[in-house]
Amino acid sequence: MFKYVKQLTSLVAMFAVLIAFSTETMAAKKSKTLKNTQKKGFVRCGVSQGLPGFSNADAAGNWTGLDVDVCRAVAAAVLGDANKVKFTPLSAKERFTALTSGEIDILSRNTTWTLTRDADLGVTFVGVNFYDGQGFMVRKDSGITSTSQFKNGISACTNIGTTTELNMRDFFNSKGISYEPVAFEKADEVVAAYDSGRCDTYTTDKSGLAAQRTKMSSPNDHIVLPETISKEPLGPVVRQGDAVWEDIVRWSLNSMIEAEEYGITSANADMMKTSENPQIKRLVGSEGELGGKLGLDNDWSLRIIKQVGNYGESYKRNIADTGILPDRGPNQLWTKGGILYVAPAR
Amino acid sequence: MKIKKILPQVITLLFIVLIFSFFTMNAQENMETRGLDFGFGFLKESASFDIQFSLIDYDGSHSYARAYLVGLLNTLLVAVIGIILATLLGAVVGVARLSPNYLIRKTASFYIEFFRNIPLLLQIFFWYFAALRALPMPQDASLLLGSSFLTIKGLFTPAPIWTNFDVFFVTLIIAIILIFFFSRYAKKKQEQEGKRLPVLAISSAIFIGLPLLTFLIGGVDLSFSFPVIRQMSQSSYTFDGGMGIPPELIALTLALTLYTATFIAENVRAGIQGIGKGQKEAAASIGLTPSQVLKLVIMPQALRIIIPPTTNQYLNLTKNSSLAAAIAYPDLVLVFAGTAMMQTGRAIEIVGITMATYLTISLGISLLMNWYNKRIAIQEK
Repeated sequence: MFKYVKQLTSLVAMFAVLIAFSTETMAAKKSKTLKNTQKKGFVRCGVSQGLPGFSNADAAGNWTGLDVDVCRAVAAAVLGDANKVKFTPLSAKERFTALTSGEIDILSRNTTWTLTRDADLGVTFVGVNFYDGQGFMVRKDSGITSTSQFKNGISACTNIGTTTELNMRDFFNSKGISYEPVAFEKADEVVAAYDSGRCDTYTTDKSGLAAQRTKMSSPNDHIVLPETISKEPLGPVVRQGDAVWEDIVRWSLNSMIEAEEYGITSANADMMKTSENPQIKRLVGSEGELGGKLGLDNDWSLRIIKQVGNYGESYKRNIADTGILPDRGPNQLWTKGGILYVAPAR
Repeated sequence: MKIKKILPQVITLLFIVLIFSFFTMNAQENMETRGLDFGFGFLKESASFDIQFSLIDYDGSHSYARAYLVGLLNTLLVAVIGIILATLLGAVVGVARLSPNYLIRKTASFYIEFFRNIPLLLQIFFWYFAALRALPMPQDASLLLGSSFLTIKGLFTPAPIWTNFDVFFVTLIIAIILIFFFSRYAKKKQEQEGKRLPVLAISSAIFIGLPLLTFLIGGVDLSFSFPVIRQMSQSSYTFDGGMGIPPELIALTLALTLYTATFIAENVRAGIQGIGKGQKEAAASIGLTPSQVLKLVIMPQALRIIIPPTTNQYLNLTKNSSLAAAIAYPDLVLVFAGTAMMQTGRAIEIVGITMATYLTISLGISLLMNWYNKRIAIQEK
């Protein structure tokens, strides 16, 4: 009889140890990327080579933008400091290789979420931080106000290595218009070629058109046509195979969006700790144990909101106030007529 | 004794195999952990992107393999045109560099020093963007040679329309073969009997006469379609008909030619100067004219010095053509190692194929030039 009791107790003890290990440290233990990031002391983030509003470096080398803020949010959550990010500017062509080869840990570079990319490239899309669509820019003096006025033989400047090339073909084919694709490796060359008159139209994501227009010799000579020819949900991407890291990036982005929904800003975040609303309290860490489930402490989302701000603040700072796209369009919260809707943090 | 000779070789071989298998296994393992698989099946999938400029029939419904072929042919096109033009220009400038005329000599030196010492990528950008801005819009372009337009959108020339082109082409080849055998026969005759046949006159008669004959009796016909301007919108125009050569191709060819020709010119100068002065003086003393001295005495010897380093320049030009990606000329790197790699995500496969392709082209050029070099080497009698 005693023999069995002894065996039973050791069994219970074993389970206890197992459970203890599996709750709090499980996440941290499983994620190689999280461990490496904490060891290095900075988040390795892949961004564009310069797209105003999304990821752009100033003369002093400080990166700003909506995409940059996603990486800063992860740094705030994981390392406690939004400035602990190392940015790697990447061309459209290099971006996925840089991620899968382990050169960066987050790709936040106006990247469209598609089935082929998600399933075939060894990467995982964690969410959408900007709903975009492909459009066309033309010179004002052409008199063109709609894509229906496009004629055979039109030459279109664009980037290689993007979904743009594929959408462009679908669009012109369905309209039965013959066209000349002129595809460059870098965005700066696309703009220079279009600006010099090499192409009749410049096509890329509408946010990109709006941002690049600011770089042209006389921005007011160009207009972006109203038609949108594709769906381009842009969002951060991580390497496949690290589910915990994937969750951290996803919920860092989600908490920014949800913070806006509940009116939590960088200014009032501390005061919100004593809010009546339990969902707000969960977001600022004064209720629940959400951080532990991600292998982080409980103030992770509070730090994001305090250091980076909620999604609305980030949008206003980077995109609206810079005059790129003052109207939020579909990127407005679902409660305010947009389609920004994320799963609840609870 | 034998083992001493073989052992180091075996060890070296083993070492190489080990390194290769290490990298292969490492890549395999990494791809597995990231859920990537290895294979060339994607080449059969439809590419679904269009290419601006293609020598063969292509659109997005064709396969990635076809897109690869389009890129390869575009690379070869630039390489072949570039090599021919750079050789001609290089030879002229190289000889000019040794001209007794001060102005010609100094102009040639200036050209060489200027274009040789500026990075090629910068020159490509210069020719593309500077020239692009200087060229007129289609509606402002003036007629060139009564039939062509040079505009910001490219060079538009009349396009030939052939009937029974194959008959013409076969006849042309036959003519070239005939000329080859005829000149061999003429040379033999001169060596044996001392008689000189009018080789140039007869060769040109064959070259022009035979293909011309096909127009009269072979049913071959040639007409031209001329470029005609058409308005697309209030401010933009394009050309219908004719043949459009994109400005990207023109800028790239121009930059590669001007850059590589400087090196070839230096090779030519070195080759000529490498021949002893005595040769020139001896040739002059038996009454040869200066152009005969160059053609019959100096050049045959100088070529042996010129060819090997010039082969290097041909290889460089071919490899440098991959800078095309910067100015949107759809070469192998832009189309295959660029767009196709991006759309399929097959980085290892595509970079592997691209590397193997450049290697094959370069080795091919090398082989050809080595064969030529051997042929013109001094044969000890």
